[in-house]
Amino acid sequence: MLSLNYYLALSALIFAIGVMGVIIRRNLIIIMMSIELMLNAVNLAFVALARSHGSMDGQTIVVFVMAVAAAEAVVGLAIVITVFRQRQTLDPQEMQLLKG
Amino acid sequence: MNAELITFYILATLLIVSSLSVIFQRNPIYSALSLVAALFFVAVLFLTLQAPMLAILQILIYAGAIMVIFLFVIMLLNPDAREPRRFLWWGFGSLAAGILALELIALVIPRGAKVWSGGGAVGPDFGSPKKLAESLFTDFMLPFEVASVLLLVALIGIVVLAKREA
Repeated sequence: MLSLNYYLALSALIFAIGVMGVIIRRNLIIIMMSIELMLNAVNLAFVALARSHGSMDGQTIVVFVMAVAAAEAVVGLAIVITVFRQRQTLDPQEMQLLKG
Repeated sequence: MNAELITFYILATLLIVSSLSVIFQRNPIYSALSLVAALFFVAVLFLTLQAPMLAILQILIYAGAIMVIFLFVIMLLNPDAREPRRFLWWGFGSLAAGILALELIALVIPRGAKVWSGGGAVGPDFGSPKKLAESLFTDFMLPFEVASVLLLVALIGIVVLAKREA
């Protein structure tokens, strides 16, 4: 059996790639995809830890993460559609109505 | 190098390449397709960690349902793919992400070594639908009900949000 470290390191790398996507991209849809990437990295860490502890709790929590991710994705994309209808752009830099 | 390690390295390389492709593609459609590939590789990694049920759920829910919504929204909005390349900002983002990755790896590796030596062996039905359901409907009963309420709220919320005129 492979060491847990490999999986945790891979999970950390994927999470960092997701953070990088959120920082550097200026497209709301791609930012949301990066958030999905981060959620998946955390799922991977949960499953690896569940395997290492021999407990099903980690795998069960992944089911809840998936449910929350699904809810987050649909609500977020509905907001993106609404914003795009009003402003005709997906650039978060353009969304500064609250800026004084 | 045993077969397990080689499999892991191949999967990890594919996952990292497809994840980088998600954030570096200029066309959102290509990003979405790369994300499908990345989610699929995560599902295969779940299989190597004895989580077959979660691997199936991952492909069904993520690569199936969520990505279809993403593709629908991209095609519906048809966003302008051209965004300005800001090299200073990209450098800062890469630097921040690199530091974060190094810190996370430095954080998890000493812990992981300790944890792993404890319980290595698990039963053959570990990760089976039966085990998952047992855990879901006994220890996690309340969170399960809350999750169903959450999905209902999300359902009502998107109907309200996406309706053109209230």
